[in-house]
Amino acid sequence: MRLGLVMSEVGTGLRRNVSMVVAVVLVTFISLTFVGAAILLQFQINQMKGYWYDKAQVAIYMCVGSDPVAKCNLAEATKDQKAAVEAQLTSPALAGLVKTATFQDHNQVYATYKASFSDNNTADFVTPANLPETFYVNLKDPSQSDAVIESISGLAGVEQVVDQRKYLDPIFSALNAASFTAVGIASLMLVAAVLLIATTIRLSAFSRRRELGIMRLVGASNRFIQTPFIIEGVVAALIGSGLACVAIVALVKFFVQGYLAGRAQGVALVGMHDVAIVVPVLLVVGAVLAAASASVAIGRYLKV
Amino acid sequence: MIRFDQVTKLYKGNARPALNSVTLEILRGEFVFLVGASGSGKSSFLRLVLKEENPSRGEIHVLGQNIGRLASRKVPYFRRNLGVVFQDFRLLPQKNVFDNVAFTLQVIGKSKGFIQEAVPDVLKMVGLAGKTNRLPHELSGGEQQRVAIARAIVNKPAILLADEPTGNLDPSTSAGIMSLLERISQSGTTVIMATHDAGIVDQMQRRVIELVSGQVVRDERQGGYQTQTVPIQAFATTPGAYRDLGIAGQSEETR
Repeated sequence: MRLGLVMSEVGTGLRRNVSMVVAVVLVTFISLTFVGAAILLQFQINQMKGYWYDKAQVAIYMCVGSDPVAKCNLAEATKDQKAAVEAQLTSPALAGLVKTATFQDHNQVYATYKASFSDNNTADFVTPANLPETFYVNLKDPSQSDAVIESISGLAGVEQVVDQRKYLDPIFSALNAASFTAVGIASLMLVAAVLLIATTIRLSAFSRRRELGIMRLVGASNRFIQTPFIIEGVVAALIGSGLACVAIVALVKFFVQGYLAGRAQGVALVGMHDVAIVVPVLLVVGAVLAAASASVAIGRYLKV
Repeated sequence: MIRFDQVTKLYKGNARPALNSVTLEILRGEFVFLVGASGSGKSSFLRLVLKEENPSRGEIHVLGQNIGRLASRKVPYFRRNLGVVFQDFRLLPQKNVFDNVAFTLQVIGKSKGFIQEAVPDVLKMVGLAGKTNRLPHELSGGEQQRVAIARAIVNKPAILLADEPTGNLDPSTSAGIMSLLERISQSGTTVIMATHDAGIVDQMQRRVIELVSGQVVRDERQGGYQTQTVPIQAFATTPGAYRDLGIAGQSEETR
């Protein structure tokens, strides 16, 4: 009985303010789409970090005969020099840090190179002798790479020691910047959404001020008076959040998995299981914001 | 039933109190006229009884409760014991007679069955049995006031407050409304009616409380309207006299 009455009040309110409700729906839709995109971007960054940091290693490039670097002096690293590096890696100072260390000779490095740049013409001019023999060192804790670099790079026959993780950092910081931009836009839009919901509810309450006056006079409880307005705001916001969820699902399904997955093979991309986390977050954020701003907006009409 | 104890009501920005140290008691089943010039504090009195306002000083007891100590979330439940009627009826224009009365019961959570029974009963009592499907604008002023009274008493309140209920009605229609209020009073409801209508007060011969500038200047059983306010012409010659008439302003505010 009372539920029916409340719902009919909600329906009346939504119909009476169609244009404002549409505005609320659209603003909530756009703002929550940005929120969802920001969350997905963070997921993507974390996933890529996990994937790449696992693969990225400290690479110890040995000198090659054609190397003009002063340290190498155009001399190929000797067997002894390679052994010295290996000994250093297994020495007590570094053994605690190193998980695995693998050595690749010219031919192995060339094979990997060919595989990576198969569609690149420069691969045709490179010979195995051009490519340095390399120790790939996997660390237990990737952030400790400095210790390895320091102790190895001074050894004779070592051209360069590189922490490959450093190549990835600019990519991640670019992605991070994108994600913060999305968060910034999202929060501005959310502020707009909250204000718009409050205004809509005030309008709705104003157009029903006669009823509200009588309700207060005859002793309708505050909860009974405010519930229709809060539901009104929540319904409008939930329609917007629903649309945002649809947009996020479509984004992942058609853009990320349909388009990006085809282009960027070998990169772990966000998938539907990430969307399954984002969707409820968006719905809850939409509903909670709407309920909060609507109950603040209607508060003025409840003062006794 | 209603007890005012040294009640003073000051409105913000107005040094002159709307009610000044009012002490009075109204008993169960009494019919009380509240008379006085505009701005004398009649409406403030009614708003205080309803707890639409809080007194600046003093205590008000209504139905055995000190309403100054009533938590604001309990105010709605307190108000279910009071019925209110206004000069401007305050009906919902898009609802018919039945729905206007039923609305009161719906919003305090009464069952459909109760509403189906109580509303026709009360409409019959106020003499609108045949007009349940009319909209307010299809009714005369007197009929609209009857709807408003039906709405006020459908929940069988212990107290009925009426703020100039005949203010917009012609004398014969007013007489009909008064006999309706009298019948309500006879059924045991305390009726407090603020009015300017001298004819009605003189005719009814009930308790009269007269307010001047927020003070009770007369409280007599079976009183008439004769007012102790000095006629306004006598003042008009003195500069600044209007200020002394206690035109407090806000108390007659229409919302």
